Amino acid sequence: MEQRQSPSSSASGNALLEIKNLRKSFGKNVVIEDISIQVKRGEVVSIIGPSGSGKSTLLRCATMLEKANQGTILYDGAQMFGLNEKGKYAYAPKTQLREIRRKYGLVFQNFNLFPHFSVIRNVTDALVQVLKMDKNEARERGMELLGKMGLADKADAYPSTLSGGQQQRVSIARALAMRPEILFFDEPTSALDPELTGEILKVIRSLAEEHMTMVIVTHEMAFAREVSDRVIFMDQGVIIEQGDAKEVMDRPKNERTKAFIQRLENRE
Amino acid sequence: MTEMMLLAAERAPIDYMAVFRQLVGSMGAMLEIFFFTLLFALPLGILIVLGRMSKNFFVRALFKLYISVMRGTPLMLQLIVVYFGPFYLFGIELSSSYRMPAAIIAFTLNYAAYFAEIYRGGIEAVPQGQREAGQLLGYSRPQIFFRIVLPQVIRNVLPSVTNEIITLVKDTSLAYSISIMEMFTKAKNLMTSESSLVPLIMAGAFYYVMNLIIAFVMGRVEKAMSYYDRKEEKEYGAKAKSKLFRIGKRSA
Repeated sequence: MEQRQSPSSSASGNALLEIKNLRKSFGKNVVIEDISIQVKRGEVVSIIGPSGSGKSTLLRCATMLEKANQGTILYDGAQMFGLNEKGKYAYAPKTQLREIRRKYGLVFQNFNLFPHFSVIRNVTDALVQVLKMDKNEARERGMELLGKMGLADKADAYPSTLSGGQQQRVSIARALAMRPEILFFDEPTSALDPELTGEILKVIRSLAEEHMTMVIVTHEMAFAREVSDRVIFMDQGVIIEQGDAKEVMDRPKNERTKAFIQRLENRE
Repeated sequence: MTEMMLLAAERAPIDYMAVFRQLVGSMGAMLEIFFFTLLFALPLGILIVLGRMSKNFFVRALFKLYISVMRGTPLMLQLIVVYFGPFYLFGIELSSSYRMPAAIIAFTLNYAAYFAEIYRGGIEAVPQGQREAGQLLGYSRPQIFFRIVLPQVIRNVLPSVTNEIITLVKDTSLAYSISIMEMFTKAKNLMTSESSLVPLIMAGAFYYVMNLIIAFVMGRVEKAMSYYDRKEEKEYGAKAKSKLFRIGKRSA
């Protein structure tokens, strides 16, 4: 927070995360073409679209796992990616970046739990190692979160013994333990059996009720409509349509959005 | 002398105890090569794999070449080059006290190359998502490597490392090429002098027993390191877990 640079001068107002004119290509393959989005504090934004539309890449750029080619990413007014003094697109200095990253949480499609740590250690290790929190205090916070996820009895189990849904709940607890200001979800239910997606959606729904700022890349249309304030529909690296979740899903203006939503509805 | 012994052997039955004692006496060289090679080659392999996976093209190419040469030429040739090299290249007088160090150097250089390749496989087998998860949680790069990646690498490479260690026990016999009297050479000499296969079979039994012990010990370590696998969970349980906790701590 202290590191905050000049407050954003644009008309974005109180955007927590602001992405401006982002471009990303792998070789000749342009994956993101000039995308701008804003996420306000407490807002739940879902990014939907067919596979290959660049939505996961957008999320990876926003979370600094992938380096964009051009554009600006501001977090709470501070520039974490953009043009530097030398006129090159680059990340902010390391210390500042770590400071911002600390406020981030990310839930992966395939969980990425640490297999050699027990469930509770998965949740608390970063608290102790990164935030230098007292071990007992960390354990307390971890147990509380696992309890919230309905996994208190699994604290000493290893991830490999859990179901996919349980693993994903652990990974949500792990992200929440760091008390992030913003939580990103990268297709959190795509690696799960259909009967297990419900438990994850329930968790995300309860987080939305607590006004957690969330950016969710998902294929679950009904869920996106229900839980998010805003929906962004992407296709071929550009935003086709965005706006109020129910508005976009129920009365899509764009033909491509219409076709996409219809296709998914027919499948359901 | 050999002839006299041969003649004697024809008349007298072989003294098994004497053969046994002589073979045990010659185990020293084998054990020395074995332990020092492991001691130096296991860590040297880490340095080599770091070079092999370096971002710098030239460093990477250099280490790739090194591994390729070490794996592509006979260990016996490498032994001879290391031992006789100083004489032929620099005219340094050879002394017999250089034999054992030469053997250890050659074995270390050779085995480190193999270990490096094993480590590389183990490192690449850890999914990129593990590092990304660590990054997002704010771990520093060294923390990601030592706390998250390395414990998984160790688990991944153990079976292949065991293989190499067992091969090393048998490879120590190659030291004969620079006239080190290790167990195999001794057994061959005894076979001739006693005109009996027994010394060779006895030596074979020694190699076998030593590898049996290694396989057993490494099997235990492997089990202890797989404490987080679903398969092992039920069979092995809490004991392995407590053991591993120590190993995990040390690597932290």
